[in-house]
Amino acid sequence: MTQENNTQENLKYTDALGNTISGSEENEKDIHVRRFDTYTRVMHIMIITSFLTLSVTGMIIKFSGVGVFQFLSDILGGYKVTGFLHRFAAIITFGYFALHTGSLFKKKKDGHTFKYMFTGENTMVPRKQDAIEFYQTIKWFLGLGPRPEYGRWTYWEKFDYFAVFWGVMVIGFSGLLLWFPAFFTSLGLPGEVINVATIIHSDEALLATGFIFTVHFFNTHFRPDKFPMDTVIFTGSMSLEEFKEDRPRQYKILKESGELENYFVAAPKKGLLRASRIFGTVALLIGLTTVLMIIYSMLFLYQ
Amino acid sequence: MAIKQTFHNIVRGTFLFIFVSGMSLFAQNEDCLECHSDDSMTYERNGKEMSLFIHADKFAESIHGELECVECHVDFDPAEEPHREGTNIYKVDCSNCHDVEAYKESVHFQKGLNCADCHSSHEIKETSELKKNIEQFCITCHKNANVKNFTKSVHFAKLKEGETSPTCLDCHNGSTHQIQPAKFSENELHDICRTCHKVPVANFENSLHGKALSKQKVMAPNCITCHNSHDIRSGKDQSSKTYVMNIPKLCGNCHKDGTDVSTLKNIDQRHILENYSESIHGEGLLKKGLIVSAVCTSCHFSHSILPHEDINSSINRKNIANTCMQCHQQIEKVHQQVINGELWEKNPNSIPVCIDCHQPHQVRRVFYEQDYTNDYCMTCHKDQNLSKVVNGEKVSLYVNIDDHNNSAHKEKTCINCHSNVSTARKPVCINSGKVDCSTCHAGQVDDFNLSTHGIKLAAGDKHAPECIDCHGKHNILKKDNTAAPTFARNIPNLCGKCHKADGRAEKASSTPEGSIVENYKMSIHGKGLLESGLMVTATCVDCHTAHKELPASDLMSSVNQHNVANTCAKCHLGILEKFNKSIHSPLVTKTDKELPGCRDCHKSHTIERTDLDDFRQGIYTQCGRCHEEVTATYFETFHGKVSKLGSVKTAKCYDCHGSHDILPTYMPESKLSRENVVETCKTCHPQSNKKFVGYLTHATHHDKDKYPFLYYTFWGMTILLLSTFTFFGLHTLLWLPRALAEKKKHNKQKKQIAARKEGTDDSGE
Repeated sequence: MTQENNTQENLKYTDALGNTISGSEENEKDIHVRRFDTYTRVMHIMIITSFLTLSVTGMIIKFSGVGVFQFLSDILGGYKVTGFLHRFAAIITFGYFALHTGSLFKKKKDGHTFKYMFTGENTMVPRKQDAIEFYQTIKWFLGLGPRPEYGRWTYWEKFDYFAVFWGVMVIGFSGLLLWFPAFFTSLGLPGEVINVATIIHSDEALLATGFIFTVHFFNTHFRPDKFPMDTVIFTGSMSLEEFKEDRPRQYKILKESGELENYFVAAPKKGLLRASRIFGTVALLIGLTTVLMIIYSMLFLYQ
Repeated sequence: MAIKQTFHNIVRGTFLFIFVSGMSLFAQNEDCLECHSDDSMTYERNGKEMSLFIHADKFAESIHGELECVECHVDFDPAEEPHREGTNIYKVDCSNCHDVEAYKESVHFQKGLNCADCHSSHEIKETSELKKNIEQFCITCHKNANVKNFTKSVHFAKLKEGETSPTCLDCHNGSTHQIQPAKFSENELHDICRTCHKVPVANFENSLHGKALSKQKVMAPNCITCHNSHDIRSGKDQSSKTYVMNIPKLCGNCHKDGTDVSTLKNIDQRHILENYSESIHGEGLLKKGLIVSAVCTSCHFSHSILPHEDINSSINRKNIANTCMQCHQQIEKVHQQVINGELWEKNPNSIPVCIDCHQPHQVRRVFYEQDYTNDYCMTCHKDQNLSKVVNGEKVSLYVNIDDHNNSAHKEKTCINCHSNVSTARKPVCINSGKVDCSTCHAGQVDDFNLSTHGIKLAAGDKHAPECIDCHGKHNILKKDNTAAPTFARNIPNLCGKCHKADGRAEKASSTPEGSIVENYKMSIHGKGLLESGLMVTATCVDCHTAHKELPASDLMSSVNQHNVANTCAKCHLGILEKFNKSIHSPLVTKTDKELPGCRDCHKSHTIERTDLDDFRQGIYTQCGRCHEEVTATYFETFHGKVSKLGSVKTAKCYDCHGSHDILPTYMPESKLSRENVVETCKTCHPQSNKKFVGYLTHATHHDKDKYPFLYYTFWGMTILLLSTFTFFGLHTLLWLPRALAEKKKHNKQKKQIAARKEGTDDSGE
């Protein structure tokens, strides 16, 4: 059976941009729903590249006594290059942090109220519904209930978001202290604060790295229904079928309000999909390797 | 009534007094002498008959003459006859009146002599009386010939004439009561003799003999060896050991062939006595009885005997002419007639001294008269096939005279070095023995003899080098000649000949530093010498010395831990001056612990430039060797971590603490003192300020007491980490099996749908 056999039964939709999309209702794989806009996708690529760079070059200095990291430093061109890369990636981080904060205000300008942004159905801010979903999730895990009807953002995604938000602030500021110690102490900060900043920077980074490369990776990519990876952050869309299963509440709300069709987009082009897979694989492998090296170093250092 | 009572008391008291006096009257000396003046009165003790006679007049004359018998013979009981039963009747205890503590240390006391043995019991005289004739007195007991001969000694003779001269007491501890046996330590003996014989003893102490003695060499002589202990006689006395006729015999006691001493001497002289007796001096003395002939002490002097290498020695090349001219006053004139200035014309640079022509101990032979010129030697030694067999090995005796004529010794003749030739032998040079370089190069040979090389050579180690192994033989060149093996640039290869793996030197392959010479060539010194062509660079001999090499473990070694700083300071003086003010200097820190020297941070043979990577990355083995903990914490902070990644420029220990001028931070002069720390940090951090320097460069979050805020920050962060990971770890662990189950179910449904679809499709067709 081929696709051509089903062409008569194709349904036609017009998406938000006026493009006509066609797909089979029976095979909802062909109809895709937009989840991330280009702005968000570009931002996540910035986060991925800068975060991978920061964590690898950061762990090189944190575990500078460990052979593998010394080797890695040599491959990258020595401590001078890794130091430069770390600071360069830091600038990117400060950049996307600024861009994102700016975008929040832009959303406000575009007509969203702060009230909607903080308490609405699609807010990033945790609310009562998240606590309920967490409770339902645990029940589901234990086989005591069905899979909760997740909306646009699940509670673990919200945690991820704020983890980055908090992390960038804490690691970013302590990093600036370490970058410009003479400047900050000349403002009156005692020298010992640099030592404290070192610990905070280093351990918070360890938390961030460890969390992203294990928990985030599992929650998003390695959980069996997405394994080996979820490319939605790169392609921006997911199939209607997957969307229905993964975000039932959001689907329901959109369907009921009749807005669903506004989110329909063409299936990602083969090239984009392949590029996404390659980029994702590389990023995942770098992350996993890093976390393995960290575990090895911790065992090696604190034996 | 009361008066009567008093009277009675007086009468009673008087009677009592008379009675008691009567009793003591009974024990008066007359009463004792009544019996004891009988010279036949005896008693038997331990089977021996002993006289109890007391000479009343002599007792009265003695210094105890006015004492009562019972004052010494206490516990006397007149009622007993004999006065007390048992042994030791009335043993008199002199210590009741006299302090005898000192006497108890004397050898006399230990031998059981008591006071009376010297002082007599009842005829005690004034001490001065006894001392007047002490030497006579001592020999009443000390009858052995040695002591008795004291009466024949020059000391005794002088005493007799009333001159000041030592008595027995002067040598035997000075006090009559503390006499000690004559086991003087050498210093004591010298000090006793020195009281009168100041110059001879001083000369002796500086002499070969004296130095051997102070090193406690068993064979070393002391005053007594030559002069006797008691029978000390004047050198003019014919029976004296030191009489001129007896001198050869006296010296020969030790210096004749076959004695232990003769095996010790490092001068190439054999048959000393034999040669002497055949020499013109010996013949004069022994055969013709000329006591003006030179004997051993005429040339070597009696007390200030020194080896010929010593510049102060009477037989040193510089002094020998003066020594000979003690007797041969007009010798210069005689020699002008004999030599006619010929030698000066032939060899203007080789002005001979007496011994060049007149061999010591054999002063009859005169070489130049025999015309032993180089040409004479070369008549045989130009033959390339000339050889001899030593221990079964063929040794060539060919001499290339061109080598010699281009050498540093070109002005010397063959026999200057090969001095033991003899007309008595055919050919004259046979069995002349090895060349003794010390005849001219005494100081160097002396040093060499103290070195490991010299010691091994003396011990017969066939691998040990001798002079010629480094300097060459007939082709010897001065060390400033670029072709000389001892030229600075050639030194590493010269030493490396033996000090390489599988080389002749014993330790070469077992040294912990591996290939010494290869390492040296890679070191800053080696590169300076061999690559940069710097002739001021240190070579092997600059540190180890040229002739006096000793292992670093030897306290005398130039590279010993205690001496190495001074050795390095031969070039790096400024560094030593700085170091001497630092906390690492033994001049500043007095401690039992070992302080670091140059070598502990800078290696010896592999010494490097201190600005190169390898050196700067080596602080774990430099500072960390002793300051383990503080080095470990250094590596926990940024400087240390970057260093571990290979950063050379990042601050190392000495960049902050200073290197040679290192001082503890609490000292105001320290680079890290309150006053200086901001400036020190500015070397790398130009914006350094008072707060900036508060950064803890050795901080660790493991020390709760020292850095509580770091400790709690660390544990706060760790708890945050652990709780986050625990929470999400569990979350994931619960999720995974559920999601797997769901997926399985899902796949099953899909398959069913697909199967159903296929079924309908199949039926449709």
